[in-house]
Amino acid sequence: MTAPAPVAVRMTGISKSFGGIRALDNVDFEVLAGEVHALLGGNGAGKSTILKVLNGVHVPEEGEIVVGGNPLAAHTPEAARAAGIAMNFQEMSLIPTLTVAQNIFLTREARDARGMIDDADSVRRAQAIFDMLQVDVDPHALVGDLGAGQKQLTEIAKAISQEARVLILDEPSTALSVSDVERLFVFLRRLKEQGVAIIYVSHRMDEIARISDRATILRNGKHVITAPLAELPIDVMIEHIVGKKSKGLADVARGDATRGEVLLELSDVTGPHKPEQVSFALHRGEVLGLAGLLGSGRSALARVIAGIEPAISGEIAIKGQKVVVRRPADAIAHGIALVPEARATQGIIPAHSVADNMVMSVIGRISPWGMVDRPRVRAIADEMIQRLQVKTASRDHAVSTLSGGNQQKVVIGKWLATAPEILILDEPTAGIDIGSKAEIIRLVRELAQSGKGVIVISSELSELLTACDRILVMADGRAHQMLDRAELDDPEETDPEHALQAAERRLQIKIQEALSIKEANHG
Amino acid sequence: MAKAATAPAGAFFANWRQNIIYIGFVVIFVIFAVTLNDKGFLNPNNLLNIVRQTAMIAVMAVAMTFVLSAGEIDLSVGAVAGLATVTVAMAISVAGPLGGVLAGLATGLAVGMFNGWLTTKIGIPSFLTTLAMMGIAKGVAMWISGTAAVPILSPGYSWVFGGGSVGPIPVLLFWIALVAGIGHIALRRSGFGRRVLATGGGETAARYSGIDTASIKFRVLVLSSCAAALAGMLYAGRLQSGRFQLGEGDELSVIAAAVLGGTSLFGGKGTVIGTIVGAMMIGLINNGLILMGLEFSQQLIARGGIIILAVALSQKTR
Repeated sequence: MTAPAPVAVRMTGISKSFGGIRALDNVDFEVLAGEVHALLGGNGAGKSTILKVLNGVHVPEEGEIVVGGNPLAAHTPEAARAAGIAMNFQEMSLIPTLTVAQNIFLTREARDARGMIDDADSVRRAQAIFDMLQVDVDPHALVGDLGAGQKQLTEIAKAISQEARVLILDEPSTALSVSDVERLFVFLRRLKEQGVAIIYVSHRMDEIARISDRATILRNGKHVITAPLAELPIDVMIEHIVGKKSKGLADVARGDATRGEVLLELSDVTGPHKPEQVSFALHRGEVLGLAGLLGSGRSALARVIAGIEPAISGEIAIKGQKVVVRRPADAIAHGIALVPEARATQGIIPAHSVADNMVMSVIGRISPWGMVDRPRVRAIADEMIQRLQVKTASRDHAVSTLSGGNQQKVVIGKWLATAPEILILDEPTAGIDIGSKAEIIRLVRELAQSGKGVIVISSELSELLTACDRILVMADGRAHQMLDRAELDDPEETDPEHALQAAERRLQIKIQEALSIKEANHG
Repeated sequence: MAKAATAPAGAFFANWRQNIIYIGFVVIFVIFAVTLNDKGFLNPNNLLNIVRQTAMIAVMAVAMTFVLSAGEIDLSVGAVAGLATVTVAMAISVAGPLGGVLAGLATGLAVGMFNGWLTTKIGIPSFLTTLAMMGIAKGVAMWISGTAAVPILSPGYSWVFGGGSVGPIPVLLFWIALVAGIGHIALRRSGFGRRVLATGGGETAARYSGIDTASIKFRVLVLSSCAAALAGMLYAGRLQSGRFQLGEGDELSVIAAAVLGGTSLFGGKGTVIGTIVGAMMIGLINNGLILMGLEFSQQLIARGGIIILAVALSQKTR
């Protein structure tokens, strides 16, 4: 570094709570002009909250924000934009029915002499941005017709087009090809030379290591460290990110799984978008974890198995018999159940009662002569409420009145009502308090012990490590490596909490390895 | 679409589903021209009659294109047109033609602002707001007119609003051209139009992009009621009276015209030119079926079938 660069953004003492939970606790964050500053942290660390505060979407309870030497006048998106802050929202700000160029310049269109929108100008300027990035996106194309990578490039172009002094890129590369990421980096370095401050959020340590000058790490809403990247090798970064957040999970006994026959076997299964040629076997009595970053194809794999996005090639066999799963009903008939990732939209009907939600998956089975057998509905609901210890005022209360953890139990109960042999849970603990998390992990263990095969997807590695017997690491839609849970343990370490942290670091390194191998393959 | 306009003719047929309305219009026209030639289908008077009969639908459908594009709906247009015929006729009898025009516009503004306020501020879906308004507008029209027709004794007003013609060309054709021209440019080229399409295409994304989506919805509903009031003024001028029955049931033809023309019921997609052609197509079908000598019951069935066929063909296959 030569002369000290001016400070582009200084956030001091920022605090923000959501419903009693402190998402940010007295956090300081400073970004210099002309640097790429990585913002790191696990799920729930407060990364997106602090970015939304900076961007004016959230109003902080305490703290001050100074941009380019001037305090922010107000905490609104307009004030942030006026101060020269631009951010890519992960596909949130694109309108599928408008073209790429129309989206990039939405509300900022050039006008001709009569005050009418000059679309030709938008197309020219959009093309110029894509030329600068050296990527191939058609400014005329409808955004709804684009693939994930092209959408992401459009989002980035939209942020760049604002010619901001502070550019926030939140996970900009999840859907980009390796070469596109490379070109993005070349461009970011050029912006940097022009004195733009860039805040870069990514879970990919290799990217962080290549592009950033400094990094700030948050954990549990608190500032942990800010340091030049040279002082933060990847294992040190991971150590700071992981910290001691595994509390409450370490005491869940994993027990010894007695692996039985093979329940589900996938051979070279490829889905419509992802996954690509995934093979593995799930045994009776085990919990198999799927680890990987956003966009690695974990949820897509779950949707393929559950018949929501049927496989386009490859074979699925259940107990050695080849089966065809074209629709969710096929999967259910074969004893497969999926507890989906988006609970509120894919899992429950919030306004319906606990009982009605729980029997949704078995309405056909409990409706002889086409009439719903009400005593059976009550029996099923009561059984599940008791078995899963759902805390609800009654089975007739709307699911929306329950807490997140209990709503998730209703979804699990709904699927247990189908008496599945294979249960897939996609991010089962997202948005759930720590106590309910441990309860759900314990439930997963019990289900496996009762002879079911369970697949768990989670971005919280400590959960995967607590719940699973084996973990499949995925990257870019492919299965990368199957790990035995025991491999990740350090035999020397006796303290369960420390052991869990050590295992988490190892798994984190395996996930990062999978990414770099993917890059090597792409060349 | 803006793109299709500059694209070569090949692209027109490559995107045939998008352009089915234009192809369908030509096909139906040719079929009627051949089969109904002896019944006078191609007679200029008959063709101008089609224009006269569809002008009010076309005017309302242009505004409906904005409403649907913004992801909302307005079911009250027919009843509001009927109410406007009554208020216009009554105002002309006491305050002359100018008073009548002002009364008509005031009717549209008042209803539209009420619809918009209920939808955006109270949060009642526009489907319900305007369904209720349909009954209210009709009730008010019946009440203030005592369910009787109110005559309009101003030849000047009648000439300008629907009754007159310049040489052989009916004034109504100028009204269609005016409304369609303004509507087309506003939707395609103005900032307002772009915000309407953005609001209907993805409301959350539009809000993140700094668009006041509530204000956009409010404005399209006001626009729609004002267009309905204009249609009512045209009905009143053409028939030289105000009656609550005028415009009854028009909302279905208006929505059908917009959807036939390629406007999405789910928002985000709309074209004014397509809507005008859609309205003309409905007029064409009505006229042809009458000339064929079908009974009213048969007309209803045939019209429904043709509309379903056209919309089904324009859907993207899954």
